[in-house]
Amino acid sequence: MLDLWITYGDRLIDGAVITVRLVALACMIGLVLAVPLALARRSDRRWVSVPAYLYIYFFRGTPLIVQLALLYYGLAQFEAVREGPLWIVLGDAEYCGLLGLSLNTAAYVAEILRGGIAAVPKGEVEAADACGMPRAAVYRRIVLPRAIRIAWPAYGNEVILLLKGSALVSTITVYDLMGETRSVFSRGYDDAVYLYAAALYLILALAVTGAFRLGERRMNRYLRAAG
Amino acid sequence: MPGHPAAAAGPVLIAEDIHKRFGDLTVLRGVTLSAAAGEVIAVIGSSGSGKSTLLRCLNFLEIPDRGRIVVDGEEFPVPTGRAGGLTGAERRRIVRLRSKLGMVFQGFNLWAHLTVAQNVAEGPVRVLKRGKAAAREEAMALLEKVGLEDKYDSYPAQLSGGQQQRVAIARALAMRPKVLLFDEPTSSLDPELVGEVLRVMRDLAREGRTMIVVTHEMGFAREASDRTIFLHRGRIEEEGPPAELFGAPKSARLRQFLFSSM
Repeated sequence: MLDLWITYGDRLIDGAVITVRLVALACMIGLVLAVPLALARRSDRRWVSVPAYLYIYFFRGTPLIVQLALLYYGLAQFEAVREGPLWIVLGDAEYCGLLGLSLNTAAYVAEILRGGIAAVPKGEVEAADACGMPRAAVYRRIVLPRAIRIAWPAYGNEVILLLKGSALVSTITVYDLMGETRSVFSRGYDDAVYLYAAALYLILALAVTGAFRLGERRMNRYLRAAG
Repeated sequence: MPGHPAAAAGPVLIAEDIHKRFGDLTVLRGVTLSAAAGEVIAVIGSSGSGKSTLLRCLNFLEIPDRGRIVVDGEEFPVPTGRAGGLTGAERRRIVRLRSKLGMVFQGFNLWAHLTVAQNVAEGPVRVLKRGKAAAREEAMALLEKVGLEDKYDSYPAQLSGGQQQRVAIARALAMRPKVLLFDEPTSSLDPELVGEVLRVMRDLAREGRTMIVVTHEMGFAREASDRTIFLHRGRIEEEGPPAELFGAPKSARLRQFLFSSM
């Protein structure tokens, strides 16, 4: 079992690096997309809220593996796509995987954020309104910072799910941790490689959990009453 | 009491014929009031009389159905808010009105994720476009004024209710408002903390601030207000100098109300 690691360990590490890169970037892009999505979802105007609702409904209601296949294999069927400028993204498996993960996590994070926004005490929003802050400032300075703190633990959970979900990009030929694992397995059919993969995923998940706990402690200083 | 010299300059705030209903429930049935510069007006009345709603109509936290607000000579027509919500111009006018009126809430409503000093400086920085350093300095001065000079960098959760409400008063003052609105500022405080907040409010009244105070504190209304308004079922039932209102109430309802709240 150890010689398996000696022979293929490098490849698994390489795969893990790609996994980390994918998940980190997808998190950032997803969060950036999630903010306008969550705000649109809360809008009183139906032509704003309905498209956001449909987007979230689609990405939460279909399996990630299907979304990835549609992006990578499905869109490539159209010549217009292959000839078009988007091919730079859609023609590359890793970019495609990143896009799929980002769009998917954006839908989940938007819902988490929407819950956080709804949980911001109404009085604090009113106080901001009452001192004459324009709507945008109320959101930027009061509502979103409060909502993110409230939603933080749920968001950490979503990042863990995203980390594990990212293994599915191996189905569109990305050599992430799972992709490398499957490739190594296909060489000698040694089950132990999955054990190594599991261990590496665990380590990554542990790092994510730790990072979020650290972030929470920093951000939620304000909740701790004086001792 | 026309004792204030500034009163001659005309009212700072006029609210005329304010009507407000929530669905089937009519809360305000045409209330008119005006506040002279430096005047302290106490609004009393039983719960459900519409006094909080009246206060919230003054800065359009509730949009009145009908009426007219004038602050410092500037007219603020009631936004109509047709189907698609408020227009941009209406929103800007609401924001402008609110920046002229400071509000202190029953539940303090401090921003929990900001420190005490940040709570006070936030409005001036965002709304009055003051520099951060200047705003912080002013915030410190105001906090000193309300007796919280040692709490600049505390978070609201670390303060008592009375301290939080004093921060909220400093926050309202920081906006240099024409009129201060108080919505039952002591109603959610433990009895032993009421005094420290009322003391700050009395100081402000003595400084000549224009204040409209919705309150259950009859002692404050009687001693600190220039004029007391008794609201009943969405109308002004009786108003006048507190000595008259409390000493010789004319309407039976006010007598009943005073009797039951003593």
